[in-house]
Amino acid sequence: MNGAQMLLAAPEFWVLVMACVIMLVDLFLREERRGIIHMLAMLTLVFAGIITMRGDYLADGITTATAFKGAFVRDSMGDVLKLFSFVTLGLIFTYSKFYLRSFNMFRSDFYTLSLFALLGVMLLISANSLVMIYLGLELISLSVYALVAFNRDSPRGSEAAMKYFVLGSMASGMLLYGMSMVYGATGSLGLSEIAASVSSQGGSNLLLVFGLVFVVVGIAFKFGVVPFHMWIPDVYEGAPVATTLLISSIPKLAAFAMAFRFLQSGLGDLHVHWQGMLQIMALLSIIVGNLAAIMQTNIKRMLAYSTISHMGFVLLGLLPGTAFGFGASMYYVIVYALMSTAAFGMVIMLSSRGIEAEHLGDFKGLNQRNPFYAAIMGIVMFSMAGVPPMVGFFAKWMVIKAAIDAGLLWIAIVAVIFAVMGAFYYLRVIKYMYFDEPENEKAITAPVDFGAALTLNGIMIIGLGIFTSSLIEICLASFSAL
Amino acid sequence: MNGFLLSILIWLPILGSIGVLMAGAQRPVMAKGLALVISAGTFLLGLSLFFSFDTTTAAMQFVEQRPWIEVLNIQYYLGVDGFSAPLILLTLFFGVLVVIAGWRSIQKNVNQYMAAFLIMEGLMIGVFSALDGLLFYMFFEAMLIPMFLVIGIWGGPRRVYATIKFFLYTFLGSVFMLIGLIYLYIQSGSWDILAWHALPLDFTAQKWLFVGFLAAFAVKIPMFPVHTWLPDAHVEAPTGGSVILAAIMLKIGGYGFIRFSLPITPDASAALDWLVISLSLIAIVYIGFVALAQQDMKKLIAYSSISHMGFVTLGLFIAFGIYRNTGGISGAALGVEGAMVQMVSHGFISGALFLTVGVLYDRVHSRMIKDYGGVANTMPWFAAFAVLFLMANSGLPGTSGFVGEFMVILSSFQANFWFAFLAGLTLILGAAYNLWLVKRVIFGKIANHRVENLQDINGREAFILGTLAVAVLFFGLWPQPLVDMLQVSVDHLLQHIVQSKVL
Repeated sequence: MNGAQMLLAAPEFWVLVMACVIMLVDLFLREERRGIIHMLAMLTLVFAGIITMRGDYLADGITTATAFKGAFVRDSMGDVLKLFSFVTLGLIFTYSKFYLRSFNMFRSDFYTLSLFALLGVMLLISANSLVMIYLGLELISLSVYALVAFNRDSPRGSEAAMKYFVLGSMASGMLLYGMSMVYGATGSLGLSEIAASVSSQGGSNLLLVFGLVFVVVGIAFKFGVVPFHMWIPDVYEGAPVATTLLISSIPKLAAFAMAFRFLQSGLGDLHVHWQGMLQIMALLSIIVGNLAAIMQTNIKRMLAYSTISHMGFVLLGLLPGTAFGFGASMYYVIVYALMSTAAFGMVIMLSSRGIEAEHLGDFKGLNQRNPFYAAIMGIVMFSMAGVPPMVGFFAKWMVIKAAIDAGLLWIAIVAVIFAVMGAFYYLRVIKYMYFDEPENEKAITAPVDFGAALTLNGIMIIGLGIFTSSLIEICLASFSAL
Repeated sequence: MNGFLLSILIWLPILGSIGVLMAGAQRPVMAKGLALVISAGTFLLGLSLFFSFDTTTAAMQFVEQRPWIEVLNIQYYLGVDGFSAPLILLTLFFGVLVVIAGWRSIQKNVNQYMAAFLIMEGLMIGVFSALDGLLFYMFFEAMLIPMFLVIGIWGGPRRVYATIKFFLYTFLGSVFMLIGLIYLYIQSGSWDILAWHALPLDFTAQKWLFVGFLAAFAVKIPMFPVHTWLPDAHVEAPTGGSVILAAIMLKIGGYGFIRFSLPITPDASAALDWLVISLSLIAIVYIGFVALAQQDMKKLIAYSSISHMGFVTLGLFIAFGIYRNTGGISGAALGVEGAMVQMVSHGFISGALFLTVGVLYDRVHSRMIKDYGGVANTMPWFAAFAVLFLMANSGLPGTSGFVGEFMVILSSFQANFWFAFLAGLTLILGAAYNLWLVKRVIFGKIANHRVENLQDINGREAFILGTLAVAVLFFGLWPQPLVDMLQVSVDHLLQHIVQSKVL
């Protein structure tokens, strides 16, 4: 192990160190000065971003480098996903600070746990061996279980955490089981060696295919696609909104990276097999997610089902196994993280002292209480519905094209029909905000940084739509090696 | 200047709307004033589209072409020809009128109302000038957002139902078109609409593409049987919303047929022309009868719009039959020109009619025919305008309503006598529902004390209705400038569509 290889993982080391530092600093802080923790966490993200962007670990002309005997890989896809994780987590911290303060939960544990979850996300994004995948996955899961139960006096939160924990452990078990079979069939843990072994023995090894099934289950659970979606609505609803924000955004980025690395880099030769499974799950997610969301009156549950349908769309992009398809999925998942953060950010903004604004009715007449934030929520909803010029539209058409590329025109047609049905519940939010009279005339107040972050988030959603070309280019270029 | 004209026409209103929004709900006069300045300025700039338009070429003019999303070959590509230029001028014209029309009748969130109309204006001009498939789709869909809000915020009692129905109907239609566009992109590697015109396609592909386009444009125009959103949307929309919906948005469906269905899938259009023609004839005759039965003035005008738009689709799709019968394109050219003239003329007439109803609604707050009677006694000036527009709506010679219908009926004789016969029925039906409306609302004895206390139109309303009356009479008496703009493009289109694209 030489220093140059360690340097590849510099962002991970930095986040790890800072998470520990924040934990320690908190011991010496008086309660009223806890704002420092927030500043430290934000600084962590900023420097993690700067370290990641310094590409000097790569020699000229090389786009991929591995460390730790090939267990850790650094490439442009990973870097882009990590950068967006930092941006998203920065937004999440800004929104959460306001929420945690008004719910008397402003403790440094939230920041430490979130940073550990971020570390897990980063490891999973860069994982190139089965061990590293499992390590990243469990680091995310364990931090998030604790975060779901963060409000320890809330029975709903504890129930959600328990559910999540039980189901999550089962999914981890399945994944491990699948990994053990893959290991048995190929004799190695590194994804590159697995790929070499699979291509030499062909795709007909029953043990491998069997292992693949369990691996796909593990990945599907992380995405939260049908039929492994049951935990999503309950956890989203039961967890404090600050945690929901976290669960709904950056772990999805990691799940995408995991799907790409495991299925394409590792088991790419089994494409026929996993394509069939993903196809069914994508279709079911789009159908079930959109239909179930229509029935919800609780906005957290509604957004949970909408997540399920969005993840179905992400899977559509994985189907053809081409550079364009993966690029489209990656673009979708990044865009989704931004949209979901903004939507839950709005929920936080409407929450007042100890009461979460979790009912759709809380959005009534928002346009009259504050036209600016109503417009931002409107942009987010239209974007989720896939209406141009919002960024959500570009993400949708790209994954639909990927599905058509894979020769699955009928899936594309079903997907768009259900996307139209899905538009209904997003429009309903707009209806509450714009067409109804407010029930509560209280002016909306939010700290300056909260307002600025939400504005930035809204601008990203519309701006990345109109000036979308560079992000699409980056996403597609990440897979140019395929 | 001409190199950026279309961009200016699109973005000036859209960016200007930010200023209007910033004026705030507390300063309505400033918002209205600013909106008027922006829309009038855009209109004046847009006039050069008419004066510098070259009527001798079918090539795209005022072209702007620069890369947008290079890696996917998507361009910011604008240009106009004889089909789009008149519709853009129509949009610019109504952009000013709706601002003036909303001056008094809108009390709530005036700045948002004006901003929504400005954004809509920019987006509609974008639809008519986009020559890149994805850019077109962006404008086409984005347009729904302001209209959705306009109906939902300032509409009538059942506005939520109407606006969600409007949005979902149109959205559902257009996603099928999106799949078609993506298919074309996969086939051609480009989003350039003009390149798609030249792209050879086998018949099966053409047929499915045709169905996809039909789903989008039939809903938009709207054709029987997917027209049911229109009466609801019209009835619930505020006057300005109805005007834009009828005068411009319906034309986008017709424009779509001209820009996409006919030139990209000519063989499928020729093979499936019976479908569109039958639906058009059903719309003309059956919806004409439906209009006769309406109790609500706005609904009556909405149904009459559907019936009139039947002429547009009929005029476009009889071209194939005429070519088969005569072997030449000159007869077909009359039909297509008639369809375009009908679109422009219907824009003026339906816009005028909705404004006329708006004038009454502002005073009495009812759209029901039974609440009126003898309006001519208290509002003589208004009655004169209303009768003129209703006559134009029934196709009276000398008004613009006559020209388009006459051209289409005349050319459909060359396709099939019965087409012409059924289309001709509209002259009877149209006269029936329009004249009956005149009898019940305008003439007769004063029906009740609300009608008795009516004030005649004020200067602002007289200006709006007067301008429209001039336009209706002008194009009725001398449609030549419009036909000149069209002619070369129509011939070019027809020469293109009679060639088979199947390899």
